[in-house]
Amino acid sequence: MSEFNPKGDEQVKGQTPENSPVADPSPTNKMQLAAGKSTEQFRPTHLITSRVRLAKDICFQRMCILTASVSVLILVFLLGSILASGIPSLSWTLLTGFPEPEPENAGMWPALLGTLWVCSMCALITLPLGIGTAILIEEFTPRNRLAQKLASLIQLNISNLAGVPSVVYGILGLTAFVSMFSLFDDTGDSGAPSLEIGAVYYDQFSNLASDPFLASGDESARERYFLVPVDLRDDPTTVPTTGMVAYENQEAGLVPVEIIAIDPFAEDPSTSPDQLSRTIDETSTPGRISEKQWYYLRLPFGRGVIAGALTLMLVILPVIIISTQEALRAVPTTLRAGALGLGATPWQVVWNVTLPSAVPGIMTGSILAMSRAIGETAPILIIAGIVYIRSAPQHLMDDYTVMPLQIYNWTSRPQEEFHHIAAGGIVILLAILLTFNAVAVLIRHRMQNKLH
Amino acid sequence: MNETITEPPRGSDKNNRATHDLQNAPTEPTSRMDTHEAAQADVPRSIIEMKNLSSWYGSFQALNSISLNVRKNKITAFIGPSGCGKSTLLRWVNRMNDTIPTARATGSLHLGDLDLLGSGTDVVDLRRRVGIVFQKPNPFPKSIFDNVAFGPRLHMKLRRSELVDLVEWSLRKAAVWDEVKDRLNAPALGLSGGQQQRLCIARTIAVGPQVLLMDEPCSALDPGSTLAIEELMNELRDQYTIVIVTHNMQQASRCSDETAFFFEGSLIEMNDTKSIFTNPNSQKTEDYISGRFG
Repeated sequence: MSEFNPKGDEQVKGQTPENSPVADPSPTNKMQLAAGKSTEQFRPTHLITSRVRLAKDICFQRMCILTASVSVLILVFLLGSILASGIPSLSWTLLTGFPEPEPENAGMWPALLGTLWVCSMCALITLPLGIGTAILIEEFTPRNRLAQKLASLIQLNISNLAGVPSVVYGILGLTAFVSMFSLFDDTGDSGAPSLEIGAVYYDQFSNLASDPFLASGDESARERYFLVPVDLRDDPTTVPTTGMVAYENQEAGLVPVEIIAIDPFAEDPSTSPDQLSRTIDETSTPGRISEKQWYYLRLPFGRGVIAGALTLMLVILPVIIISTQEALRAVPTTLRAGALGLGATPWQVVWNVTLPSAVPGIMTGSILAMSRAIGETAPILIIAGIVYIRSAPQHLMDDYTVMPLQIYNWTSRPQEEFHHIAAGGIVILLAILLTFNAVAVLIRHRMQNKLH
Repeated sequence: MNETITEPPRGSDKNNRATHDLQNAPTEPTSRMDTHEAAQADVPRSIIEMKNLSSWYGSFQALNSISLNVRKNKITAFIGPSGCGKSTLLRWVNRMNDTIPTARATGSLHLGDLDLLGSGTDVVDLRRRVGIVFQKPNPFPKSIFDNVAFGPRLHMKLRRSELVDLVEWSLRKAAVWDEVKDRLNAPALGLSGGQQQRLCIARTIAVGPQVLLMDEPCSALDPGSTLAIEELMNELRDQYTIVIVTHNMQQASRCSDETAFFFEGSLIEMNDTKSIFTNPNSQKTEDYISGRFG
């Protein structure tokens, strides 16, 4: 008996199990006793026949096949019925058209671009946040008691949040992102919100060429519009004066033009067509227009793309955090120990070793989360709510709609034709989802191949 | 600190080139480096000194007042049954125990003049100077080249050509160069277990450590690979201080200069390997090495 006995110094020296009083009734000792009493071999009794066990095995196998095939069958049925009614109504108009009251002209181009905008913004915000949070919780577990309590509280919250219905997040997004608790409701004198970036405001003046008073009949003195940046004027309420530089919106972009202002009751300043074309009325009231960059931002966010992206972030953030945590936990600790042993700092370990090994797992979780974001309707219904958008979003704060919302709207119409194009819309949505997933799976596959 | 270990090549430095050349002809006995190291070996000094080192994981005491010295450029073997604290001791020397939140230690532990238990110790630099090789080969899921270049990239600013030289030097030193030289860009996980373990040793010596800690480096390997690792340790003994934890007593007797026997967190006996295996002072040591328990 070469079994290790941690306190067995004396026993090893003198006594054998046969003549030692064994107080410990553990199964091994019982067996030893039985073996010691008689020289017969130990005969196991009450055996379950292998036939019974095999039957159970087969039973379990069949059950697995049954449950798997039931779920696959339901999926096949759903997909089949959607494809059957959707494919005939697929058309170029459906893809590139705008929502129209007539079903034959209706399309989902704004919704398609809205989905792309919202989901890509959502991915850009959520992935760094979620992966960063997971790294903090998994890799930088604090040693401080209080911080540990806090971390476990966060962990508990994240697990709970993953199960919250998305409509609740919609209401939260409405308060937190759309109206921002009404904290920024006051707007400045210029008519523009006080907190904003990425927008240039212009006052737009027209010349008097079309005015019969100035009309010279010259073709070159046609009606023109000049844009005067609001920022360039000390007082936005002053009327333009002679010599002020304005911009004309031409195909090549904004072209600077010097404008001439006149008092309409004074004598005609010039008859030159060029000067006439640059002449405006000193008392004229301009129209305010704005030019917004794609990154245009103001507070509060309003019902714009960014609010939608942030609300969807709330929906999928817990999923991404949890799946990233799982992926990080699956990285063998020996790898971390190896990197630490070489003198890597904890951050270097995460960046060079843990994260690259966890990327396939993180990708899987992110694919699932983003698929959910693309299909999410309820929160968008609450925070955007607009379906008849005639143009694709141009910037982060623009109105938008998403494909599920558009589909939902079409299915709730009484006309049968709208139901058909809704099915077509679902097919397009599915195609986009599958494309997204295929690309992500491909990237994951390449990463995995590189690692092993 | 007695800086007598052989530095890995640093590209332009001529002296280090010599080391590199030495590696191309490792059996040449008349090399300047060898004679220098031989002179060193006559007066072995302690490099790791511990006094009354005790350690706990939470309330469990893993080490009980250990006092021992590890001599420079010698191979020291730690033997003892599982759970006797030898790995814990090893993990204190390069502070790998920092990763376990409940681990703490009292007493004194010095590497040269460096206080290893001090709170101000630069753990990152310490781990560069005290490399560790684990029980299971743990190459990173990267290419063979990137595995060896991992440590140097963390600690040094090297040109690409210098890095290539250093990787070759390390792989030669770890006796795995001939097997991998044609596939440096292949994934390291495609190597055999023994090759992986030698790759891990190459990875460790690429950052220029003074001490190599080996935590049962051969227990996951077949006899052939074990032999290769043992030969490798024999090659490395001139330039590195090696501490090896092993369950294999033949291995301890074959390749170590000194052996320490631990039992239940205490150091029972430490002596020349020959004395331990032929004439142990303690009954427990005798029982253990003769296979009566453990």
